[in-house]
Amino acid sequence: MNAHDSHRQGFSFTTALAALVVLMLLASQARAELLIRITEGADSAIPIAVVPFAESGAMPAGDRVSSIVQADLTMSGEFRPLEPSRMLSLPSQRSEVYFRDWRLLGQRYVLVGQLTRSGDRIEARYELFDVNREERILGETAGAPASNVRTLAHHISDRVYEAITGDPGVFSTKLAYVTVTGDGDNARYRLHVSDVDGKRSRIRLESREPILSPAWSPDGKQLAYVSFETGKPVVFTHELASGERKKVADFPGLNSAPAWSPDGKSMLLTLSKDGNAEIYRLDIASGNLTRMTNHWAIDTEGAWDHTGRGIYFTSDRSGGPQIYHMERAGAEPRRITFGSRYNARPRPDGKGEYVYYVHQRDRAFHIARTNLKNGEESVITRTESDESPSVSPNGRLLIYATQQNGTSVLTVVSANGGAAYSLPASDGDVREPAWGPIVR
Amino acid sequence: MKLSVQTKAFAMLLSVGLVAGCSSTGDTMEDGTYGSDVAAIDQDGGSTVYGGADGDGVSSSRLSEEERQAARQQAEQQALRNITTFYFDFDTSEIKQEARDVLVAHAQFLANNPRQNVRLEGHADERGTKEYNLALGERRANAVQRFLIVNGASRGQIETVSYGEEKPAVRGSSESAWAQNRRVELVFK
Repeated sequence: MNAHDSHRQGFSFTTALAALVVLMLLASQARAELLIRITEGADSAIPIAVVPFAESGAMPAGDRVSSIVQADLTMSGEFRPLEPSRMLSLPSQRSEVYFRDWRLLGQRYVLVGQLTRSGDRIEARYELFDVNREERILGETAGAPASNVRTLAHHISDRVYEAITGDPGVFSTKLAYVTVTGDGDNARYRLHVSDVDGKRSRIRLESREPILSPAWSPDGKQLAYVSFETGKPVVFTHELASGERKKVADFPGLNSAPAWSPDGKSMLLTLSKDGNAEIYRLDIASGNLTRMTNHWAIDTEGAWDHTGRGIYFTSDRSGGPQIYHMERAGAEPRRITFGSRYNARPRPDGKGEYVYYVHQRDRAFHIARTNLKNGEESVITRTESDESPSVSPNGRLLIYATQQNGTSVLTVVSANGGAAYSLPASDGDVREPAWGPIVR
Repeated sequence: MKLSVQTKAFAMLLSVGLVAGCSSTGDTMEDGTYGSDVAAIDQDGGSTVYGGADGDGVSSSRLSEEERQAARQQAEQQALRNITTFYFDFDTSEIKQEARDVLVAHAQFLANNPRQNVRLEGHADERGTKEYNLALGERRANAVQRFLIVNGASRGQIETVSYGEEKPAVRGSSESAWAQNRRVELVFK
């Protein structure tokens, strides 16, 4: 760390910004909820019967746990749950499961369960069976406060998903996104956090000025983002539980594109304090900056690779924006994309297999990915005007912002391209989705 | 409302671009364009010059011609400075030929008024990624800043900010909307 890098001016870990334009809505109830719209499932979707759970004691009003599990599995695009009306029986434990019936119905898996009210809590006991092998592959109990049945249901979905696919489920993870209503002086930018199905959305920040690039801390407790509330782009961190905010980068020029490191100790940022847009690593505890790139071109949109040492980023050093990878700070960057003249905003899958990005082809913008083993590129979205890809933490789904019938929506697709579902905002524009981590 | 102002500014830039282009090739049109302005300004001090004897006529008429020229230039500069928005091609930060005379007029105004400050607001159209566009908007603002400094403004007078694609001048996804959104706005304060 040299003196040049440890910049002090404008660097303040002040909390409680008295910004006139910013309204913190910490305890606001769900509002401007996204509406889920399943567009299509993959042909290879696995048939599964999610049998409505038996219930003893008073259950909270609203969606049933098994309905939420069924919706989750459908949403993933990888499962095709059987309509309960077509079931021949409604078992709730092993002794009631007749495998022959389920085989006749073409099912590969059956999930059964029971819910019990005890005080303020709901306890679930659930079992997953492989129909062909006539075996129980999962048998567990889980509980949650009665006011939180969605949490319980998403947990069960995660367990079922993992038992069948081998990858962790992402139904309990969160999305952050930005909505915009009105324009000019009436514009309102709102940063939301919701479940991945768009439910239980809460506004975390409201501003008259743009909010950009929300990024999750690896523990899921904080967001970093760019806010223009002071009249210029400044990077803040925001602890979700307390609502406490810190200004982490407020240098002259750009302060943007935050990306937390996998260990949560540092953050990539794009700053232009030294002349033009360059990528720096900020050590969060000390505030020290390490310069990662050094080029007269635009270098931005840094993202850590799966090793936590190297980074992917966008640079127009070849004339137009392209994706580069760099092994470590100061190393010679290697160009990844060659297929078209505009490739930007890399998002690696966390496994070192693919990197996803915005790709221009024939005047339209799609999401594409490059296989990092063989360099092969494939365009995975069929929509146009696609922006802001964000990969689910298990690497199997991708969310991005696009336009549908003139309004903006968030769309989730399986990482190989089969459309799964979209989340239109009930009002105004929705953009900048960021898929949160798996929190254990 | 806002749209019509922007559209007007866009049209004005184009027309001034044409006028500036003509001035380099010949004066005939310019005389016609600014004739009335020059006459009005001449009334201040010009009348005494014209009252001189025939013998001085040549020099005084030349003086008057210089004044006329100065006044014409001043009026021209002022007209140029009404243009405060400058447009760019997709994914470039190159200052267009037709913007140069206008930016020189702004630079000279800043040089002559050292206490005047200006904020350069860089913007991009909606295509491409938000963060890249943020950097592109900054590069456009920086290009204008460098041009102003080279032409006489001082660094301390100029502040730059990029809004990327976040604050379009015109809503919509047409070539025309995009062209009007790829811009740097000079905000004097």
